[in-house]
Amino acid sequence: MTGATRLGKDLLALEPLSPEQIRLILDTAEPFREISERAIKKVPTLRGQTVVNLFFEASTRTRISFEFAEKRMSADTVSIAASGSSVAKGETLVDTARNLEAMRIDMVVVRHGSSGAAQFLAERIESNVINAGDGTHEHPTQGLLDLLTLRHRFGSLEGRRVCIVGDVLHSRVARSNIWGLKKLGAQVGVCGPRSLLPNAIDELGVEVFDRVEAAIEWAEALNVLRLQLERMQAGYIPSLREYNRVFGVTRERLERAPGDMLILHPGPMNRGVEIDSDVADGPHSVILDQVTNGVAVRMAVLYLLAGGRPELAEAAKSAGKGRGGDA
Amino acid sequence: MSAPDRRPILLAGGRVLDPSQQLDLAVGDVLLVDGKIQHAGERIARPDDAEIVDCAGLVVSPGFVDVHCHLREPGREDVETIATAARAAVAGGFTAVCAMPNTDPVTDNQAAVGFIISQAKRAAAARVYPIGAITLGQKGEALAEFGEMVGAGAVAVSDDGKPVVSAQMMRTALEYARTFGIPVADHCEDPTLAHGGAMNEGAMSMKLGLKGIPAEAEEIMAIRDILLARRTGGHVHLCHMSTKGSVELIRWGKERNINVTAEVCPHHLSLTEDAVDGYDTNAKMNPPLRTPEDVEALQQAVRDGTIDVVATDHAPHHYDEKEREFADAPNGIVGLETALAVLVTWLVEPGILTYAQLVDKMACAPARIFNLPGGTLRRGSVADVTVFDPTRAWTVDPRGFHSKGRNSPYAGRTLRGRTVCTVVDGRVVYREAAEATRA
Ligand SMILES: [Zn+2]
Ligand SMILES: [Zn+2]
Repeated sequence: MTGATRLGKDLLALEPLSPEQIRLILDTAEPFREISERAIKKVPTLRGQTVVNLFFEASTRTRISFEFAEKRMSADTVSIAASGSSVAKGETLVDTARNLEAMRIDMVVVRHGSSGAAQFLAERIESNVINAGDGTHEHPTQGLLDLLTLRHRFGSLEGRRVCIVGDVLHSRVARSNIWGLKKLGAQVGVCGPRSLLPNAIDELGVEVFDRVEAAIEWAEALNVLRLQLERMQAGYIPSLREYNRVFGVTRERLERAPGDMLILHPGPMNRGVEIDSDVADGPHSVILDQVTNGVAVRMAVLYLLAGGRPELAEAAKSAGKGRGGDA
Repeated sequence: MSAPDRRPILLAGGRVLDPSQQLDLAVGDVLLVDGKIQHAGERIARPDDAEIVDCAGLVVSPGFVDVHCHLREPGREDVETIATAARAAVAGGFTAVCAMPNTDPVTDNQAAVGFIISQAKRAAAARVYPIGAITLGQKGEALAEFGEMVGAGAVAVSDDGKPVVSAQMMRTALEYARTFGIPVADHCEDPTLAHGGAMNEGAMSMKLGLKGIPAEAEEIMAIRDILLARRTGGHVHLCHMSTKGSVELIRWGKERNINVTAEVCPHHLSLTEDAVDGYDTNAKMNPPLRTPEDVEALQQAVRDGTIDVVATDHAPHHYDEKEREFADAPNGIVGLETALAVLVTWLVEPGILTYAQLVDKMACAPARIFNLPGGTLRRGSVADVTVFDPTRAWTVDPRGFHSKGRNSPYAGRTLRGRTVCTVVDGRVVYREAAEATRA
């Protein structure tokens, strides 16, 4: 790091960030929340900047959240859904990187089905790269918005107990959450069928719960993950019905919680599978706060990365090849 | 390989090291006449007509033999050819290499075996011994014609690149191979456990969000093969062992006199899964790089003889193929030109292996277990000799490789130990470029 409170060129993951860097993003997001509450939801911060949203994998929610964040900061944006385009015709990620570089864009928001794809791009282009989810690696802005949501309710995350429920094995959201929560001093639990928990999860210093009842008894917040329906076909679990009966977050189960409980979900939800509707829409749910905070966090990240560039376009040219952000 | 212009060669004044006959002379001579070793021992008078190679300060040993590499021809001549691989081999000190059959088309018949031999002759560098496929097209469905292939020059059979999934097929292969006295070399991997995996399963795969391959994918197949070798009396050779558990299973088999031999690759003896961090596709291989505990167990197994040989699993790929998403990048690294230096740097210099053990693992034992000529400096054997500088430091620059492959996890590293001169069939086929000699 060039300084404890700088981000570097890219935001690829929460794992390499310091607690100070994470706090910086969250602190920066706070004023951006207010912008979203104004009548004219726009600031000129990124005027003249070009941001490409490159989505190799469909994700309406994340893409729209980024687009709102970019537009509220007055950036010029292009969104490219890469499925069915040149990528499907066999254009490789390295070709994509070369093309992006040739177009002299300022920032790239990338979602890709392969772990490490965002880093791959970041190492090959001068533009700032924001990982909007890569394979089963990380989804750092989702992790940050979850942190912001929890911090709002709790004040501080220090010592708070948060349990991630569901398919941790395949979840980039879970990974970003685990790193982020731990760095901010929270205690982290995971709960799910062992077939959907990484074997080495114990090495991360998290509590592992085999029963959701025990997780509820322990936790102050549950982050309920979406169960990908194909996990059943792949044989990780016997049926959705059984999953709901054993691991579903239901109102009956929550009623036995010793204290108040916050319910988070990265969406989109499978109601009646990992979460029941009366929980998702109930008084414990902060799911809509997450959506609001998502825009604010993404504005903060765009803002901080833009500021991390040496006086934007002109200066960058004279500064030479400034590759190799330290994020 | 007879040539009328072949002058006698005197490799003069080097450390003569031949574990096959417990020979270790601080200063000695090796004389090669008519493609045969005529003398290896005390210094002798210089024959008038001989070409003299000054070996002062260098080790003179039997030529290295690699029982496992991928030459890519036929099918992927853009990536490697038999000629470029044979040149890479001699640059690495290998006088003979065994070519795995997973080419396109697969080496599963005598004509394909003959093609490799003829291409190798034309290349006139290292000897190339074809390995035939176990099953037709490596499909795992029907046995290939071992007898015909052996008749044409194949020295072993293997479906490497993939495992022999059916235990019954493996059993039959081991039984049938006994007729011809050849080893069955198996790529040990349970495909249902390894499915979709891109690296070792553990803390690093969890951090990177890559699907892991558990150690058990290898170990389950290793013990299956050992048990089938016990049942059949066939010789099973376990390729590229990578885990501590595999070492324990091999030890178990050897204690019971089961006919099992095993190899380990230089990369599994030197690197851990940490090399994958940052999604470096040069560290992507199958089996994957494992944990420090595994590396240590493998090093000890080489030292105590549980693992018989070091083989490179040389697997060149086109630059573009490695320059992509980690999960989709192909497995494998180029290995022929770095093997010696990796062993010197990671095993000899730290005191795990002696130079005599290194030569045994790279030359004597591989020739012995695959029944190949060479691997010894005994009088009358083929004049395949490697001369290397055990202490010379050099920095790995893949652009300088003789292989067409450039994918090396050692790129940029400074290693010690370098081939200076390689002799095959009594002819110098490699001599280190003069300008590089005293770097
Ligand atoms: Zn293999
Ligand atoms: Zn191989």
